[in-house]
Amino acid sequence: MTDATAQDKIAGPTPDTAIRDAERADGPMLAADGRPLKKSLASALRRQKIRALLLIAPLLIFIMFTFIIPIGQMLFRSVENQIVSETLPRTVAALDGYDSESGPPSGEVFAALTRDMVVAAELKNHTRLGSRLNYETTGLSSLFRQAGRGVDDIGEDYTDAFVDANEAWEEGETWVRLLANEGWIVASDEWAAREEAAGRGFDELPPRFVFADGVEEALPRTTEMYADFAAVLRTEDGDSPVDEEPWNIVYLSLYEDLAANPDAPAAFEGAEAELLAEAAEIAAGLEPFDYTAAFEEIDEDWLGEDVWGTIDAFSSDYTAGYFAASADRKLTPDGIQPVDEDQRVYGTLFLRTMLMSLGITVSCIALGYPVAWLLANLPLRTANVLMILVLLPFWTSLLVRTSAWKVLLQQQGVINDILVWLGLVSDSNRLIMINNQFGTIVAMTHILLPFMILPLYSVMKTIPPSYLRAAKSLGATNWTAFWRVYFPQSVPGIGAGSILVFILAIGYYITPEIVGGTKGVFISNRIAYHISTSLNWGLAAALGTILLALVLVLYWLYDRIVGIDNVKLGG
Amino acid sequence: MTAATTEPVTSRGESNLLGFSLPLVALLGAFLGFIAGNAAGWPLIGAIAGVVVGAGVTYLAGTSLREKRATGRWAVIGVCALLGLLVGGLGGLVGGAIVGAILGWVAYWLVRGDYRKGVPPYATAGQVLWHNAFLFICGLIFFFLIAPIMVVIPLSFNAEAFFTFTPEMLALDPEGYSLRHYRDFFSNSDWQLAMRNSLIIAPFATIIAVSLGTLAAIGLSQSHVPGRQAIMAILISPMIVPLIISATGMFFFYSAMGNWLEDNLGFSRELTGYIKVILAHAALGIPFVIITVTATLVGFDRSLTRASANLGAGPVKTFFSVQMPLILPGVISGGLFAFITSFDEVVVVLFVGAAAQKTLPWQMFIGLREQISPTILAVATILVTFSIILLTTVELLRRRSERLRGMSPG
Amino acid sequence: MKLTKILMASSALTLAGSVAFAESHAMESPVAGEPMADSMTLVSWGGAYQASQQKAYVEPYLEMNPDVTITWDESSAEAVAKLRAMNEADNLTWDLVDVVASDAIRLCDEGLAMEVDHDEVLAPAPDGTDASDDFGDLIVSDCFIPQIVYSTTVGYRTDAEGWTGTPEDICALWDLENFPGQRSLERRPIGNLEWALLCDGVAKEDIYDVLETEEGQDRAFAKLDEIKDNVVWWTAGADTPQLLADGEIVMGSTYNGRLFSLIVEQDQPVEMLWDAQVFDLDGWIIPEGLPEERLNRVMDFLWFATDTQRLADQSKYISYGPARDSSAPMVSMHAELGVDMAPHMPTDPANSENTFLYNYEWWADYRDDLDAKFQAWLAQ
Repeated sequence: MTDATAQDKIAGPTPDTAIRDAERADGPMLAADGRPLKKSLASALRRQKIRALLLIAPLLIFIMFTFIIPIGQMLFRSVENQIVSETLPRTVAALDGYDSESGPPSGEVFAALTRDMVVAAELKNHTRLGSRLNYETTGLSSLFRQAGRGVDDIGEDYTDAFVDANEAWEEGETWVRLLANEGWIVASDEWAAREEAAGRGFDELPPRFVFADGVEEALPRTTEMYADFAAVLRTEDGDSPVDEEPWNIVYLSLYEDLAANPDAPAAFEGAEAELLAEAAEIAAGLEPFDYTAAFEEIDEDWLGEDVWGTIDAFSSDYTAGYFAASADRKLTPDGIQPVDEDQRVYGTLFLRTMLMSLGITVSCIALGYPVAWLLANLPLRTANVLMILVLLPFWTSLLVRTSAWKVLLQQQGVINDILVWLGLVSDSNRLIMINNQFGTIVAMTHILLPFMILPLYSVMKTIPPSYLRAAKSLGATNWTAFWRVYFPQSVPGIGAGSILVFILAIGYYITPEIVGGTKGVFISNRIAYHISTSLNWGLAAALGTILLALVLVLYWLYDRIVGIDNVKLGG
Repeated sequence: MTAATTEPVTSRGESNLLGFSLPLVALLGAFLGFIAGNAAGWPLIGAIAGVVVGAGVTYLAGTSLREKRATGRWAVIGVCALLGLLVGGLGGLVGGAIVGAILGWVAYWLVRGDYRKGVPPYATAGQVLWHNAFLFICGLIFFFLIAPIMVVIPLSFNAEAFFTFTPEMLALDPEGYSLRHYRDFFSNSDWQLAMRNSLIIAPFATIIAVSLGTLAAIGLSQSHVPGRQAIMAILISPMIVPLIISATGMFFFYSAMGNWLEDNLGFSRELTGYIKVILAHAALGIPFVIITVTATLVGFDRSLTRASANLGAGPVKTFFSVQMPLILPGVISGGLFAFITSFDEVVVVLFVGAAAQKTLPWQMFIGLREQISPTILAVATILVTFSIILLTTVELLRRRSERLRGMSPG
Repeated sequence: MKLTKILMASSALTLAGSVAFAESHAMESPVAGEPMADSMTLVSWGGAYQASQQKAYVEPYLEMNPDVTITWDESSAEAVAKLRAMNEADNLTWDLVDVVASDAIRLCDEGLAMEVDHDEVLAPAPDGTDASDDFGDLIVSDCFIPQIVYSTTVGYRTDAEGWTGTPEDICALWDLENFPGQRSLERRPIGNLEWALLCDGVAKEDIYDVLETEEGQDRAFAKLDEIKDNVVWWTAGADTPQLLADGEIVMGSTYNGRLFSLIVEQDQPVEMLWDAQVFDLDGWIIPEGLPEERLNRVMDFLWFATDTQRLADQSKYISYGPARDSSAPMVSMHAELGVDMAPHMPTDPANSENTFLYNYEWWADYRDDLDAKFQAWLAQ
């Protein structure tokens, strides 16, 4: 600052004057545009941050929408369990406080189950629920299928009794006049007229059913069932209840309403009151219905503890059941219990997946390191030719490479044939190299080796060979020079290669499926099985979530130990 | 250098090297002869023949045929092939030729001192041994890398519909070979469709992955990015979620997107089909681009962009003229990974794609599952040939441009 | 009252419709004359089986309806999962799906396949027998329209070394003394557990009762333990033929059509055992929720593709038995090889002396449980 003391010739602040101002230590340090430096720096930093985020934003949005959210929804299935409470809402409510140790639940619960099952069977939801619960307790699938067929007939005797007394009960119209609101009847007529006029291709839904005033108080059970009946008819068939005879369970409900409250007809007027009064008389002569016995007749297993314990344990909207199953545990009414020893498989598979992926990673390092070193130290033109050999396997599909390994490794395969031909192995003692862990490790190592070599190569390329020479000229032996000078500099490449290979290995399932036999398959094979064959997507999602969590933990550890910025891959 | 006194290494006279090489090659000859003889049933005779041939070729190579390497090598190949033919017919001929080639090569390699070429003159015997052992190990690893391809290529000419080396093939009988699987590939419309789809989908997916990925990687490499680790984890997540989960999860999103495109923009079902698969594959390829390009940018000298800005270039010009050429290798290898990801991906496309978008791996997958057909191997062979040509051309072009720029070949 | 009038009018309409329908019953599909979509995506298995469908009824159908285009999707193996995903995403791209019976039951249970009235959507036999009687017991689910009967059975190499005698029955799989060598079995409990019990002395009719008990399951696994070290487990239908051709195994289970192709078409030294073959069915399901025009096209195609003649034609190209009783007498020669197909059919009386049809309903219940056990057993 030679002219620090000279008079300023320039108006306005210059870097010099700014610093001098700062040295005077009166006001804040100013930037070239006269704003305080601190502020100016902060805004520059903010601009930089915004620019960086703007550059990242398109990709981040792309990945969020096309990947994170869909996958998140998929993984969320691991706790979702609304199917039970949505299919059997009344049963779940009635089961509140039930203890499966005390035997089958009360008749009330079976009554609720009957009503739920009638609706579910109409919507064909009962079999879906049966398959869901069959994952937990064997046999529930067919139990629900049978019950779906059987519940239609429950209450048939009561239907017959009412219809025998007065044929009007058979007509949908009778019921509509009895229960529906005037306004709804008008709307329904208009809808029917439109339907007739439009003919084919008419797809307007009939108006939503509305009860007349006071009916719901007088006949609570009947109206509840009738509402479901009308709703199912409307959404499933696009029909109005006017021309349909209600389900048997509606008649049974009417009987129960009239039996419980013989004064109900008083709430009606005119012909409807007469009809109902007549019905109340018939009802008085009928026996109450035994729901428990009806289910016992469908299948006596319905009275079993297993069934009700399972329904009770899985009645909540969200369940830990799938995660319990992923850990070889089982959600029972008494809490989480280990499953039978002969069904435990996931613990073994997780452990095996981890160990074998580790084995594959280690063998990739062992095979990849020398090759990468050679490539990095050869003249470029030789290295590039050899690089073609590294890249070639990439161009042969994974499926082809796996099949080729099968041809090479099997007992009648190329390697065994050569060994036998040379007389090194006798024909009856051919080596078993496939359908076991060895086969999986060889094939996967081969498939993933380029993912190790390329990052290693790009890192080694940046290590000047002069470092090694310098170390040696300072008296280091070959080993010391390598171990103390070269190797530490190549660690980021090993890190990047390892994390790539390990993560990719964990997720592969096609190769282990083909060459793994029984002891070489991975947890991903089970995930694939549950997605595509058993349809147990909840369990697949739980297994996937655990796998993902394991990978994230490893990723975090890696970041702590090596630093993710040190990952180098190619280039 | 401690081993400077070791006699056969320090003195490089002919006689000394011959004395050193002769027993070694004879030993090798004994070993190979033993194995070859074993196959024919007379291991001992084979070993003796091996010793004789090995010692003979080394002696000749060290003396009269020293400068006529090709002649010497062909001679020993011929002798061994003849021996093999006498003992084991056509198979023996090939085996003998291989043994001869190995013996001839090793004999000249040893006797002419070529084995020291890669190491400095002052290297010890141990170092020379280690150096050559290292090269040998690397050779084995390269062999491991291409072994499956070497199996695939002959099998693709199989006359039968199995992945099996038939006795006819092993006897080199022309009847055991045919081009039927190649004919199948070129005449079957399913394979043609699959090939075309792969060639449409993979490049587009790569372009999307590379352009979005490079941009984001540059953003990530700025010094102050809030939540950097989390963003990084999100961006590489497509690589770490098990594929089958990704496939089902993505199916829902892309179906909804496809419906929207068809209903609101009037796209045809085929076009949306392609868009769905391309975007799904782009998402899967992005982690590779991100990892490669950020890694290249770690070593990027930031003062270069500042210098460029100082000289008056705008950010766009700076990017394309200064930054891009420097990070290009990273972008290319990221793109390569992304391309391969799409080109070799079968799980996601099975879910997200429809039959009209079936790709090569899809076609191979059903081929392997339903009816084993070596057409798959024919396709693989065609792709390998194609990629060898491509990679070789790229390398030749690189050398040419190096020459033109007057650089010494690296 | 207005309501009743409408009611009567509409019921009269239905009546008239059903009379008209009854008249056209014999010749044309019930949807003939209705508006139909002009393209259709069929889902099948690929390979020789799909080729047989293509030749037996898709090509003739296209000849009759030149303006229709049919696309194949070889995704039957993933059909259950994909249909479920399509259903949830409301993006149904398939029109007609070929699945095995157990998958059809599963899809029906999940509400993903449409229930059909077989007598209404399928043509009657030439002699007028209703479709449901013509297919008989093979209609194992309300959603399932059977096409073929196939079986899982065992093939063995005729040139295996060290064998005494030739395998006569299924228990040869367990006879390591007389028939040493590697075997292959499918990597799932279904079929294998039944065979194990059968060879452990359980009568055929008692198998599922025994398998229902814990002891019975242990017994089956114990029997499988005897050969566990000698078994290669396959997952894809193409595996066993390849393994047999390689000589990697000396005997193994696979679908009878694969063995036919291996023996007759590829001329490999292999023979097959018909003993204790496990019958299974394959057929169509219509996905739930098709729009009307597409559904009409599917109905029209189905009427044609599952009639007596077409199912009999299919057996000219592949050795799977037609699902209709009325097609059985029409099975003739292989279209290209000129081999008489009847003796190669799993349903041929000479082959079906000792067979069983696996119990779909039982497996629908026990599959999840036994599969967990089977996997744990494999992993031990």
